[in-house]
Amino acid sequence: MSQAVIIDHVSKNYGKIKALRNINLEIQQQEIFGLIGPDGAGKTSLFRILTTLLLPDEGRASILGQDVIRDYKKIRKIIGYMPGRFSLYQDLSVEENLSLFAAIFGTTIEENYDLVKEIYSQIEPFKKRKAGNLSGGMKQKLALSCALIHKPEILFLDEPTTGVDPVSRKEFWGMLRRLKDYGITILVSTPYMDEANLCDRIGLIQNGELLSVNTPEQLKSEYPNRLFAIHSEKKYQILQSLKGYENTHSIFSFGDEIHYVDKRKNAIPEVLENDFNGLDLPEFKLKEIQPTVEDCFLELMQQK
Amino acid sequence: MDHVITSNNLTKKFGNFTAVDRISFSVLKGEIFGFLGANGAGKTTVMKMFCGLLSPTGGEGSVAGLDIFTQREKIKKRIGYMSQRFSLYEDLTVSENITFYAGIYGLKKNDIKEKREALTERLHLGDFQNNLISSLPLGWKQKLAFSVALIHSPDIVFLDEPTGGVDPVTRRQFWDLIYEAARQGVTIFVTTHYMDEAEYCDRISMMVDGRIEALGKPSELKTQFGVKTMNEVFLKLARK
Repeated sequence: MSQAVIIDHVSKNYGKIKALRNINLEIQQQEIFGLIGPDGAGKTSLFRILTTLLLPDEGRASILGQDVIRDYKKIRKIIGYMPGRFSLYQDLSVEENLSLFAAIFGTTIEENYDLVKEIYSQIEPFKKRKAGNLSGGMKQKLALSCALIHKPEILFLDEPTTGVDPVSRKEFWGMLRRLKDYGITILVSTPYMDEANLCDRIGLIQNGELLSVNTPEQLKSEYPNRLFAIHSEKKYQILQSLKGYENTHSIFSFGDEIHYVDKRKNAIPEVLENDFNGLDLPEFKLKEIQPTVEDCFLELMQQK
Repeated sequence: MDHVITSNNLTKKFGNFTAVDRISFSVLKGEIFGFLGANGAGKTTVMKMFCGLLSPTGGEGSVAGLDIFTQREKIKKRIGYMSQRFSLYEDLTVSENITFYAGIYGLKKNDIKEKREALTERLHLGDFQNNLISSLPLGWKQKLAFSVALIHSPDIVFLDEPTGGVDPVTRRQFWDLIYEAARQGVTIFVTTHYMDEAEYCDRISMMVDGRIEALGKPSELKTQFGVKTMNEVFLKLARK
């Protein structure tokens, strides 16, 4: 399989701020690649370089063999870009927005209707409504339709699900899987760690640096620690006590449980339970568990 | 027990559209109450009514013992509010923002100075007092915005998706601040799309199409719907 995107030693600074530090990455055709990281990690800068809207300070990047600087005009015809902030024309209607994007790329809604049908049909009943008056979920669907209407080969989606509720997020990811079947390569960024599992491969990014590039399964299998979940009615008290415990490597709240890693690499549950009982903790249950992507991210952050 | 927020058949209509449909519930003093629901379910409308920003069209409700129909201006003085979108002035410094909000809420000059020093020290912002808000990382802004929302010692603080977009460590530090405030007796009313955060709440409610479809402790709701996570509770309810 050939590469859809090649990023070669790319760096970008804004004054003293290092937004991207020596990024190297290749994305395969028809892959869903997730860029996972918090606000300010450098995700948007990378997207803007790849969509030819920003020049890198160092390094090169290419999209389907076209250089992002030299061949920018060719690239703009073959990519679709959905920026993080709502980018549609608020005072145009739903239908006018989509027609405009189609016309700019020299096509029509009818010509590529098949591709956007599944998504656009959900907002079509409101096609006369101004884009500015849509709910968050509907805006997101319109923006995706507009990014798709010229049948791009690569789709860049910058935080498409931020601020979107869990149900709409789940539906959105279902749509992305089906777009992949049309042969479209998708680069998508998100701050939600649970969405990482829905990507073919992911890159974890923090402070302008790629901490890891891997499949979600491989990333989790390379987690270097034994991880334990602690259950208790008095979770907060346990969390506070163990934060100050000498053998604690890391301790984090995870929903209704606490995830704990001991400094002693080979600590087993029986030993931990025994040690914890000496700390005068409230009643708890402890068991060994498999890490999530968020555990991996937290570990990589700690190593930095 | 003290009920800090109450509502009884509270309703809000916009023209023919019923955004909030006869909701009834109450929140206890010092409770962390998670207010969940899909986009467009009516959460923001409810929050605006409790904050005294929007007049209800039916039912009853109170905040800090004050009526949400007739005592809206008084309510504003007893509550704090923070949202992801707007909280601090980007082109003012850390110190100026604190002084500004404290001034708006009528704190005295000496109290403002004291509060400012205590707050910047606790958040380790001492060296950044004269930095513009726009120059700070998002996580710092959010912690500062939360502390500023508490500056006038409100009975209740409303948090509208306070943790969007920050890294997993900062998100947890933010929840430490929430717990600390709740332990001091401040009632926390919070919306979030992170379902692991729903588990951190004492009780949560799930809003679907203007109505409250479920309410209880996270553990109770999981048992009620026969699932293991709050995410599954959300998917079951919102897909009705």
